[in-house]
Amino acid sequence: MRVALLIASASLHGGIAMPHIAYLAILPEIVMLGGAILLLAVASLVRSALNVTVITVSTLVISLASLAAALWQFFDVQSHGAYTTLDHAVVLDGFSVLVTVLVASAMALTALVGDGYQRREGLAGPEFNVLAMVSATGAMLMGEANDLVIVFLGLEILSIALYVLAAFNRRRAESGEAALKYFLLGGFSSAIFVYGIALTYGATGTTNLTQIADFLAKNVVVSDGLLLAGLTLLLVGFAFKVAAVPFHMWTPDVYQGSPTPITGFMSAVAKAAGFAALIRVFVSSFGVLRVDWQPIIYALAVVTLLVGAVLALIQTDIKRMLAYSSINHAGFVLLGLEAAGALGKVGARGVSSALYYLFAYTFMAIGSFAIVSVLGGRGDAAHEISNYKGLGKRQPFLALAFAVLLLSQAGAPFTTGFWAKLQVVAAAVDANSVPLAVIAMVSAAVAAFFYLRVVLLMYSPKKFVSDQEGDRLENLDASGDAVASTSAREPLWSGSGRQTALVNELNATLLLESSPETIEVPDEREGDVVNVPVLAVVAIGICIAVTVGFGVFPAPLADFAHKASLLFMP
Amino acid sequence: MSLSGGWYLTLAAVLFGIGAVGVLVRRNVLVMFMCIELMLNAANLTFVTFSRMLGDIGGQVVVFFVLVVAAAEVVVGLGIVVAIFRRSTSTVADDLHVLKG
Repeated sequence: MRVALLIASASLHGGIAMPHIAYLAILPEIVMLGGAILLLAVASLVRSALNVTVITVSTLVISLASLAAALWQFFDVQSHGAYTTLDHAVVLDGFSVLVTVLVASAMALTALVGDGYQRREGLAGPEFNVLAMVSATGAMLMGEANDLVIVFLGLEILSIALYVLAAFNRRRAESGEAALKYFLLGGFSSAIFVYGIALTYGATGTTNLTQIADFLAKNVVVSDGLLLAGLTLLLVGFAFKVAAVPFHMWTPDVYQGSPTPITGFMSAVAKAAGFAALIRVFVSSFGVLRVDWQPIIYALAVVTLLVGAVLALIQTDIKRMLAYSSINHAGFVLLGLEAAGALGKVGARGVSSALYYLFAYTFMAIGSFAIVSVLGGRGDAAHEISNYKGLGKRQPFLALAFAVLLLSQAGAPFTTGFWAKLQVVAAAVDANSVPLAVIAMVSAAVAAFFYLRVVLLMYSPKKFVSDQEGDRLENLDASGDAVASTSAREPLWSGSGRQTALVNELNATLLLESSPETIEVPDEREGDVVNVPVLAVVAIGICIAVTVGFGVFPAPLADFAHKASLLFMP
Repeated sequence: MSLSGGWYLTLAAVLFGIGAVGVLVRRNVLVMFMCIELMLNAANLTFVTFSRMLGDIGGQVVVFFVLVVAAAEVVVGLGIVVAIFRRSTSTVADDLHVLKG
């Protein structure tokens, strides 16, 4: 931290030298955080509670203003080049601009999805949006941090707000449990991360990323135990945040338990920010040590790709399935990072392919979770994959949208998912990691299976009874007609020992099959058809438009990603 | 008598190890919580020691950032713990079993 050093040394001579601040570099953060605080202040000062619409609209305005600031940054970087500010603690380059654009868009989409969710669950107050915006600020900060301390601060601003958001739905026991798990493991990983910073500081004498790179370029560290230990601990901290195997244990539980719009936000933003900081720290600062870290990333990528894909196969809960799929996607981004370790042009291609993947994934993930959120019904509980049976008949548009997003995640052509996978695999091949590329293709094939399973289930006829599950559904259906309430049903199933699971399943079946009287939700006329809020439709529409639009015309986004090069590329 | 920096670094490493093992083996949420604090403070001690050894004030400034973050984490963490364990009587993590995993 040279800021502190400057201030300390200057104060000895009487004055305090303030570092030069280029406000444009931190404008999106200022807008986002300032807007969030303003919204919170206004909401607590006005006499009556603020309307959800007002809160959503102001969140949208703030996010779009932040997005506009990021675009201003983009043109500034294109015309004047990249630079650091705040005494080199913050960097403005193409890479940071792309991360900021991504986070601000994700925030706007989450506000759209969250509107309907808050109405349905009866969550009043601006805290939902305010916390999400604070979290987004942390994510943006991680994208443009040029100092390990700033990375840590960004990480914590992002995470602490997310812990609260995970626990946001107090009526659901799962929500609190998810928050506690996220908090304990998140705190654990942050502590490891800080210790990693401390060891790196000890080995290099600075926490500034540029100065670390300079130090490593000019000095040969003879006994490099301290440095490598620091590097490893930093990597473990990052791996927790981006949910890379073997540090992924929290992901399925937290994704399942959190409110669904927040799950989408978390999967997109926390992953993007974590990877952005990981790429910047490893490629620009520790580029000299690539021989040491590349094999570790290689191994992480292999296990992440395989474990994510295989474990997703056996899930029965759609949110858990998408959680494992997000782990699988993290493996693909690691592929890009592994390639980014290569020298020169190949390395730059690795960086831009990883960023492109994150960009494509953001819209696919938020769109998918938006649909899951809408279909979850009141209480945000109906997330069994079997609920999606026959969705194509009941809600053709929603089913079509979900099918497109899932196919994109699987890497079908004419979607961004395809180009993203193509780019990271091509980058890996360029970097001479052919076996890794092959493993990635295998994992993509396995992953395609569980995405297609959901798609097929949605378009299978309602009374499609071919397997055991179908028989059981039929049985449950018959009993569901006979009895009206859960309490009356319980004795029927008490012998099985798995009451809760069965009752859940029964409820799910009821949602799927039964007559309108047995459903407690009054505003749904047809029982099994859920009301889709208009704003959620807008959000899903934007996600589809980006996914398919840039899938058919990939040039603009690919170009954008290629401009997102790092300022310091050794 | 003066101790060399190595002793402080060793002490910090031991504290960090105790904290890490504690988080992994203890089942009481509050104890796990304290172990995380122990790990953070071990990192702080490392920062201060290196700061002295390198003659650079930067490391000591980082400690303030870490302290602030740790305090914020405590606030949120205890809030979550209170919110959850209003329902149950103990603070043992294994009692939570709604989510399989």
